[in-house]
Amino acid sequence: MIRQLVVISGKGGTGKTTVTAALAQLLGPLVLADCDVEAPNLGILFPGSPLRRIEIQVSRKASIDPERCDACGLCAERCRFDAVLPRTPYRVDHLSCEGCGVCGLVCPAQAVSFNAETGACITESMTPHGPLLEGRLALGEEASGKVVTRVRMEAQALAAQKGLELVLIDGSPGTGCPVIASLTGCDLALLVTEPTLSAVHDLERVFRLVSHFGIPAVACLNKSDLNEEMGEAVRIRCREVGVGLEAELPFRPEVVEALRHARPPLGNVPAEVEEPLRGLASAVRERLGYNE
Amino acid sequence: MVIAVAGGKGGTGKTLVAVNLALALRREGLEVRLLDADVEEPNAHLFLDPAWEGREEVCIRVPVVDPELCDLCGDCARACAYGALAVTREKVMVFEELCHGCGGCSLACPRGAIGEKNRRIGIIEWGHASGSLWTARGLLEIGEPKASPVISRLKGLIDPEAVNVMDCGPGTGCPTMTALKGADVCLMVTEPTPFGLHDLGMAVDMAGSLGVRSLVVMNKDVPGEDAVRAFCREKGLEVVMSIPFSLDIARLCSRGANLVDEDDSWTHRFLQAWRRVCELVPGVMA
Repeated sequence: MIRQLVVISGKGGTGKTTVTAALAQLLGPLVLADCDVEAPNLGILFPGSPLRRIEIQVSRKASIDPERCDACGLCAERCRFDAVLPRTPYRVDHLSCEGCGVCGLVCPAQAVSFNAETGACITESMTPHGPLLEGRLALGEEASGKVVTRVRMEAQALAAQKGLELVLIDGSPGTGCPVIASLTGCDLALLVTEPTLSAVHDLERVFRLVSHFGIPAVACLNKSDLNEEMGEAVRIRCREVGVGLEAELPFRPEVVEALRHARPPLGNVPAEVEEPLRGLASAVRERLGYNE
Repeated sequence: MVIAVAGGKGGTGKTLVAVNLALALRREGLEVRLLDADVEEPNAHLFLDPAWEGREEVCIRVPVVDPELCDLCGDCARACAYGALAVTREKVMVFEELCHGCGGCSLACPRGAIGEKNRRIGIIEWGHASGSLWTARGLLEIGEPKASPVISRLKGLIDPEAVNVMDCGPGTGCPTMTALKGADVCLMVTEPTPFGLHDLGMAVDMAGSLGVRSLVVMNKDVPGEDAVRAFCREKGLEVVMSIPFSLDIARLCSRGANLVDEDDSWTHRFLQAWRRVCELVPGVMA
């Protein structure tokens, strides 16, 4: 059985990628899926030459043929994304176009066509802990959720093919489209937070997000000794909402130093950070019933 | 003018820079608006504690099918580019969270069976924080994927006569681009790590594609670390401000305090950065 574990945080910069990398080191061999497609960073910690590149077309964009266009203006009037620039010749702003097709529906001159642009690429590489699939959104592409979904499909296919039982997903910050696409259907979400007012506030929204989609969750408090009061707030809220706080990682300059040199955590961070990471890996293993 | 604050990577200090810059400018007597466009996780208000004075709902128009008129022909579902409609043997199912509100289905329906209703996807709200700083934020509903319409509405609160400081979210996708579009300049807040560098590259390219000039703020800065600076030199990006890596600053921010309130020298440093931005970007007031 293939299990899917997603690491999210709400607030950015709390340590998702660091914790994901440590879990890869502790739970591998597995399939790593970098679903932070707007800022993919796992490959920096686990560099490898690409074995495979999949170019994917996630959305289509409208184009207006100036030969056919008689400048009636219906397309500009009906486009709700203000993507048709109403000056002769009429043009479509591809950064605003959402590919809905309304301009084509209303054009009396059949001047509109739709091109699927390469909206993203997925790269597969090999890490010491299993294959890594990295999604990367093309500039100006809005369909980050679709790319995430595709990365996850490829990751599951690869896991099945290689007989690996865990897909570890590095999610993106926020609560919107890419996060929802990373989360849905996962067996467990790991919420990485930190003791700051911002992170505590964002954690509330993430609690609601995982509960909205019915995904079981556990939490990890990173930089746990940065602010005692905020740390306590995280502990209390986790208890109240029934999300197990499975690890607290103290703030240590050595961790920052390891990251500055693009070194994965285990083997490069002090024992007082490594130990809770091991505890976290065991807890996750147990929650997932994963005993590779 | 609109001064956007972005950076690509999360947690580099975008909100720190936006809030402290806005406070510093306000103390200088400028008309300032601080707009929090990180609508998935807006946090600027935590540092400002504003009293909200106004609020509007942000809705998109989603289809409502009249079963009396619908003959289940399926034209609506075929016209929908997002898979938000499915026609079964009995009815048309609408998946509202997939709908972009384009109106294509009602245009495609030959029987005029599709009307529309509002679906709330978020709110915008505005008010004054201490120090009479005008501030606003967008807030996306939980479970709602599309942030851009909320950001667009928030941008309707931009005052062309004021300095509008806009805190954009992390990433380089649709929401950030929606926020950034039309800005006079973007402060890219980054950190001297390979992650900061990588994501800065993506963010600068994104701003460039929108014709927005990037200037860099180095946060959590360390002496002697120069991979990010080398990149900036190579790309011709000026570093207009450096904020050192410091446990004291991290602790201060963790409790929701502001640099400019702790130590007046920070006000001067933010104003210095602001003056440099004014020098570098033509058309920006001095």
